[in-house]
Amino acid sequence: MNKQMTAHEVVAQLKDGMTIGIGGWGPRRKPMALVREILRSDLKDLTIVSYGGADVGMLCAAGKVKKVVFAFVSLDFIPLEPYFRQARQSGAIEVMEIDEGMMLLGLRAAAWGLPFMPTEVGLGTDIITRNPDIKVIDSPYDDKEWVAMPALKLDVSLIHADKADARGVCQIAGPDHYMDDWYARAAEKTYVSCDELVETEYFHDPVQARMVHWERSMTTGVVPIAGGAHPTSCSQMYGFDVPHFKAYTASAKDEAGFQGYLDQYLGASEEEYQQKVGGLDAIRSIELPTY
Amino acid sequence: MTAATDYTLAELCIVAASKSFASEGEVLATGIGVIPRLAASLAMKTTNPDLMMTDSEAWLLSEPNPLGKRGDDFVPATETWMGFSRIFDNVWSGKRHAMLGPTQIDKYGQSNTSALGGTYDKPKVMMLGARGFPGNSISHPNSFFVPSHNTRVFMEGECDFVSSIGYNPERLPRGHSLDDIDIRLVITDLCVMDFGGPDHQIRLVSLHPGISAEQVQENTGYPVHIPEGVPTTEVPTQEQLDIIAAMDPHNQRAYQIKDNPAGDRS
Repeated sequence: MNKQMTAHEVVAQLKDGMTIGIGGWGPRRKPMALVREILRSDLKDLTIVSYGGADVGMLCAAGKVKKVVFAFVSLDFIPLEPYFRQARQSGAIEVMEIDEGMMLLGLRAAAWGLPFMPTEVGLGTDIITRNPDIKVIDSPYDDKEWVAMPALKLDVSLIHADKADARGVCQIAGPDHYMDDWYARAAEKTYVSCDELVETEYFHDPVQARMVHWERSMTTGVVPIAGGAHPTSCSQMYGFDVPHFKAYTASAKDEAGFQGYLDQYLGASEEEYQQKVGGLDAIRSIELPTY
Repeated sequence: MTAATDYTLAELCIVAASKSFASEGEVLATGIGVIPRLAASLAMKTTNPDLMMTDSEAWLLSEPNPLGKRGDDFVPATETWMGFSRIFDNVWSGKRHAMLGPTQIDKYGQSNTSALGGTYDKPKVMMLGARGFPGNSISHPNSFFVPSHNTRVFMEGECDFVSSIGYNPERLPRGHSLDDIDIRLVITDLCVMDFGGPDHQIRLVSLHPGISAEQVQENTGYPVHIPEGVPTTEVPTQEQLDIIAAMDPHNQRAYQIKDNPAGDRS
């Protein structure tokens, strides 16, 4: 089955009000080219589930978001995401604020067809008091109370991988695939942008196949977009774009705000965007961060 | 070991914070921020070689990495993969001790990393979010590092948003006891504290050189239990300072506490 498609075709599959999971972590390996295609669309009222970074901030700033399910939204080296902050501080969005591990449990529950996962995480905190939809339950096996973390069922997940073949075999060769395998499994449909489209034979080397973290039946569509994670990183290929994130963050204090950022960078297509940020060679030469 | 005479407050805090990891045995030491990370590194290099640490990215290390840029020929001592999903397997096993720096810590030891002021739907200041604090606080021991001890951090009343469970009887989950909660040391620029006072009240453990118990109380928005004869925080030895310098070759520790004061303020 040939699953290759364009970013435009992916976004044409999305509908107002959908719950969309976004892979990656903070400023790391986010499917930003797909996010940008959403910014170019008329989509609205989305619920976004994410270990959030500028993906969440940009979608909030563009008025695409009804609700964010999050444990954090951060650019790491810039701790506070400027536009998520604005959205929260103006009361523009609903939220479901949970613990990082609870998000993993919610994705696993959705992936495994369970209504919830029991956990003690969240007990005694405002995670429980601020989320009336998260129930605390009795256990059939002991006298303690437990949090029933509900399944985070996703209509769609968007993920960026290093390499993929047209049948949907996706490789994340960087040091961490984060929770992307669970995003792929928790969603009805998963669309994966990749830095490089490869032939299936590439994976016949077990060393390469070992870095494939979910089976192709979980992948709905594959979108080859070299540099498609920019301005986030795609380790080991490129780091995150520090000057770009600084300019993005500074734009939140400008009069033109996010519209100014969009006018300067977004363009009508990913090709235009990449020209505006210096081209693919510049993206691919961004140094990896030192932790 | 002889005490050094020339040391910064940051270095004093690193040595004081490293004590929280000393008798932990074989657990993952997670120090978020320069001083906590150096504290964990120092403990792993001296008092507790059984500690485990990550590279703050995706690998578990047999030897802590020095902070900041390392030479092109540097080879990290990786021993296993430790991506973020696997961190939670470790967290929920309890074999971890994290040292973190929340924005608020209330009299119960509850902390806030999420939202300040206003209402929850429209906070005055939105911060990071709850992050992993809820899970950390109920799963394994935790310590706090506070670079500026004041009544905004140690505030009156309860945290605006409770990210981590503390010794608050009103929030205690059914079937749990307050003793299940394990907050270890609170290291600040003034002193070391814990929650070992009566009924888990915050308690002064040691005062940094030149700091008085009155200063600590004035800068804490709730009563601090102050036992008789509180000692002075142990001064770093030259050996400890040398290890810290080797782990922090770019001197990032000099930028962690305002104006990088000397360790002895008397």
